[in-house]
Amino acid sequence: MTAALIATAIVVVALLWETMLPWIERRLAGLRARREARSIGVPAYDPGRERRAEQRARELLRSCVNDEEWEMYRDLGFIRVWGGQAGGPEEGWDLGGAPYAYLIYPHKPIVAYLPQTGQLLNEYCVEFPDETRPFGSARLPDSDDALAKWMALKGDEQRLIGQANLHLPGRQIDPRKVQRDLWRLRQWERTRLERLARTPREASGSGQT
Amino acid sequence: MKFLRMRPGHGEQLIAEGDPEVAEDEQRLVDEFRRQLDAGMWAAVPVTSEAGRREAAMVHDFGQIPRDTERVIFFPRAAGGGR
Repeated sequence: MTAALIATAIVVVALLWETMLPWIERRLAGLRARREARSIGVPAYDPGRERRAEQRARELLRSCVNDEEWEMYRDLGFIRVWGGQAGGPEEGWDLGGAPYAYLIYPHKPIVAYLPQTGQLLNEYCVEFPDETRPFGSARLPDSDDALAKWMALKGDEQRLIGQANLHLPGRQIDPRKVQRDLWRLRQWERTRLERLARTPREASGSGQT
Repeated sequence: MKFLRMRPGHGEQLIAEGDPEVAEDEQRLVDEFRRQLDAGMWAAVPVTSEAGRREAAMVHDFGQIPRDTERVIFFPRAAGGGR
């Protein structure tokens, strides 16, 4: 009886060890990375600092984009920007005059699509790494990343698209999620238009949208 | 005119400020502009179109910045990601 219990315990411990091993390795790697970062003078990760940075970034974003775009980002988590090239996002394309647009997600690829049909065109993977790494990370706050994409698309769409790595839809963002987001965007726009129609004063005050 | 720079862990940082109509300030702004671009930054100016829409213009030279601009925003240049 005792031997059976001991054998069972050994099996349980062995199984637990196998299960826990990857988790333990990840924790140890994290500890090692933090120790190395501290040894070269990089400040420790501070969630409060990151939250304050994100708050500042949101204020900057809000002050730069149109009211509609800000509300879209606040409510849905992404911004739609209309494409400005004649034929399509890239040279040599011909969409037959159909308008196209981009969805800007923070720290995710920019997704190009056709608003009329909902067809996804491409993912443009682009980053804005700050190699000075002031706090050990090259990653801008989420809203700064979204604003950088917005400004670069508005200011020089071809240049940004030219810098990006091009992938077919679905490489990083699940196409079902994008389709869901497009549906949410349509619902959101309808609700917003209804609200603006009910409050003409508010509508006249949002001439930037 | 304010120069703002996006930074990880900070949000935007004020890196220079001055009146471009004052020669001394202008030179300081020109120097800082060059320094940021040499450090690999892109510079954008928030603008408002004639229709009243907010847009952005990328600037590659100090002379391209409209004189009445209040803010120039610097951010790291784009690089392809997700490989």
